[in-house]
Amino acid sequence: MSERSDITLTINGRAHAIRVEPRRTLVDAIREDCGQTGTHIGCEHGVCGACTVLVDGEPVRSCLMLAVQADGREIRTVEGLAIGDELNPLQRAFMEHHGLQCGFCTPGFLMLVTGVLEREPDISDDDLVDVLSSNLCRCTGYQNIVKAVRAAAAQMRR
Amino acid sequence: MNAPTKDSGLAWVGRAIRRVEDPALLAGHGRFTADLPAALRVRFVRSPVAAGRIERIAIPEGANVVTAADLAALKPIMPALHKFGYVPIAQPVLASGCVRFVGEPIAAAVAASEAQAEDIADAVSVDIAASAAVIDAGAALADGAPLVHAQAAGNLVVEGKVETAGFAAAQGAAHRLIAIELRSRRQNATPLEARAGHAAFDPVSGRVTLTCATQMPHLLRTAIADLIGMPEGELRVVAPDVGGGFGQKMSLVPEYVVLVWLARKLKSSVAWTEDRRENLIASFHSRDQSVRLQGAFAADAKLLALSAEVVANVGAYSCYPTTCAVEPLMAMAELPGPYDVRAYACVARGVLTNTCPMAPYRGVSRPVITTALERLMDAAAAEFGMEPVEIRRRNLIEKFPYTSVTGLIFDAGSYQQTLEIASAAIDVPAFRRRQQQARSQRRYLGIGFAAFSERTGYGTPAFAARGMGVTLGWETVELAMDPSGWVEVRIGASPHGQGLRTTIAQLVADELGLAPDRIKVVHGDTDRTPYGWGTFASRSLVIAGGASVLAARKVRAKLKKIASHLMEAAADDIVLTDGVARVAGTDRALPIETLARAAYHQVHLFKGEIDPAICETATYDPPGTFSNACHACIVEVDPETGRVTIARFVVAEDAGRLVNPMIVDGQIVGGVAQGIGNALLEEIVYDEGGNILTATLADFLPPTSREMPPIELLHLETLDGTTITQAKGLGEGGAIGAPAAVLNAINDALAPFGVTIEEMPATPRRIRAALRQATKKPR
Repeated sequence: MSERSDITLTINGRAHAIRVEPRRTLVDAIREDCGQTGTHIGCEHGVCGACTVLVDGEPVRSCLMLAVQADGREIRTVEGLAIGDELNPLQRAFMEHHGLQCGFCTPGFLMLVTGVLEREPDISDDDLVDVLSSNLCRCTGYQNIVKAVRAAAAQMRR
Repeated sequence: MNAPTKDSGLAWVGRAIRRVEDPALLAGHGRFTADLPAALRVRFVRSPVAAGRIERIAIPEGANVVTAADLAALKPIMPALHKFGYVPIAQPVLASGCVRFVGEPIAAAVAASEAQAEDIADAVSVDIAASAAVIDAGAALADGAPLVHAQAAGNLVVEGKVETAGFAAAQGAAHRLIAIELRSRRQNATPLEARAGHAAFDPVSGRVTLTCATQMPHLLRTAIADLIGMPEGELRVVAPDVGGGFGQKMSLVPEYVVLVWLARKLKSSVAWTEDRRENLIASFHSRDQSVRLQGAFAADAKLLALSAEVVANVGAYSCYPTTCAVEPLMAMAELPGPYDVRAYACVARGVLTNTCPMAPYRGVSRPVITTALERLMDAAAAEFGMEPVEIRRRNLIEKFPYTSVTGLIFDAGSYQQTLEIASAAIDVPAFRRRQQQARSQRRYLGIGFAAFSERTGYGTPAFAARGMGVTLGWETVELAMDPSGWVEVRIGASPHGQGLRTTIAQLVADELGLAPDRIKVVHGDTDRTPYGWGTFASRSLVIAGGASVLAARKVRAKLKKIASHLMEAAADDIVLTDGVARVAGTDRALPIETLARAAYHQVHLFKGEIDPAICETATYDPPGTFSNACHACIVEVDPETGRVTIARFVVAEDAGRLVNPMIVDGQIVGGVAQGIGNALLEEIVYDEGGNILTATLADFLPPTSREMPPIELLHLETLDGTTITQAKGLGEGGAIGAPAAVLNAINDALAPFGVTIEEMPATPRRIRAALRQATKKPR
């Protein structure tokens, strides 16, 4: 287990040269080796989606990907969403519509939705509910997350 | 009295302002326990068997592994309850001698990284001579069952009994006796952040700071210091951002005790982050109760007498501080719910088994007893040939204050009105027509109601009545204004998603005539806040909010006195508003920051009549109040697959004044989601040997956005002055009412088949099993 690989994770445009064991998951590398703790770990078996990040634009469960698999690829995390000190329209919509309570699942939802809306800006309301069912939230009952995402999608289309 | 108070005369209370908590959480700047760096990581070795004697623990050469032998000087966890024959149960911090459930911590492996700690933990070999385990409460109560703890004969850890005078006569006078038996299976509260702890030794002060995902930092500090035998002043407990709790984080966690002990011993920082499998098998469980009810009804469908038998499987140990008796005893006290019944008998038992210990979970037994009582009401309505709404109308309390048959005092509420507005919103006559039409197309729709009360915001009198070793209840708030006129509100409550930093700022803003953004609420740090009990039982806004208002009123009085000196006016003539102190009826005014600065820097102006600085403390210890609500839901059941689809869900609720309606709605919808999970999806399943078969979130199923119907919310606001803020708690109501409404609706849908489902979750498998027994062909 001790042979380590030198890899580069590019997170939100910044390159992190790190040395990891092959078994290191991407989420552990992002959090522990690159110090980006905005991405959370909820289940470590790919169900809850709290660890969702974008890898080359696609939402990925970073607990199910190895860090070495992400070598050289573009990773985006919650820390990269805000524009300077300003929350982006999706983040603002979550605030406006009370789409978070404890906030633990929120980074995963934000990254899931960012990836989906970039790929499919005209996604139907029903498909959106299906996509959001990828991730778990225990506080909100989802109603306000759905509202927030619909509002953000509408704003982004304008 | 019940109309929403659009014009409350308050500038900030009642407004859906955005939460101050949100920007950091949305930007990825939340600070959760697992985000802290630590020199050392801990992995716990857990029991793979449900019962047995530990014969040998083999530790790999050179590995740092701690076992019970190392912790011999620590006291075991032993919560106290002085009532109902409660048998004190001791839980060693690490299993000592024997193991009593799968997942019980046996040893702690310590290493520089999580991966290394896991490798070491995997290499620790524990020989256990397995013995017979009891998993099911019924089996545990059977004659000759193996004992989980030798001192608890028959595995009975607590037994509450009550029978009112004249009960038998009241029951005997009944026109109809109707019985129901309900089973609510075992759940896990499943906060998205599992448990996590980080203990760091400070070589300068010799103190340890335990940062952890807890709902009760102060009580945790006391409990851990007691067990370790260290001065409490040497321990600081911090609850940083906490990713949900729902009760699972309001009990003493043995693993945290080990972390503090390790930090002191190794003079280092040690951290443990629970994984989801550990959380599902070894963090606290909930529910797992059976309720048998018998209602004695008069000819006019009035409930004359109610008898109940409650059996709660409490697992292998007793949680601190509430003890494992909290579930059965709350069931006994609150079972009659919001119905006017004057004769009552109940036996409520807590039964030990070789399963994960129980702790409170949102609603604490009330989701189960409400479902049982509401099933009884629907069963009776069917017998009497009346609508479910009508039987509730005839039995709900309507005169206040109402003293219940168990001695609880219900303050004013809107039990009848919430029933009426919920049933009007869901339009029962129109639904019945649709239901008939659907049946002719072999589609099965059902409607279900749940009328209930939610006891909230209770202080020491209510807890003292329970007889616990620790009498919880009051909250103290310290409110300071600094020389720049900014306000810090230090609270002992410990929110973790409830938005209390926003709502308490709204309450204080109105008292001081300031904008909420000038008011910072500090919580979750025993070094920074007055001793308090934390956040649970729908209490924080009522009690910590009430204490905040009381402290703010003291500050307001002081500011007026200062203004009276500086402006040479009577203090009574000073009005604080919009950040300014004005002399009423004049144009004389001073900004509040000028008063604040004077309180520190110009004290000589006050001629010794006003003490320097602005810092006031207040305590609130209320008797308690009741929120109320009625849930109404419409489902469709597919008889071929057993699938349940919720078509509509209406909540009519009354929690007094809505301090922030946006946050109120969020609490209700979130609670309903958990209630729907209880009704349809969530179940921890043990096999006969005590192994958990549902140890992932692909097996234990919290609802997703796909299972959630839109929740329609209706609000009433009964303002009767029972609490200082006129607000009542509402954190649990959604979870209390929803299971009953859903289960009643399913049973209404299944009525044409002549079968009922009296078990939750009502999974497709259970519904299909019931339908296979159907004696009736649907019309």
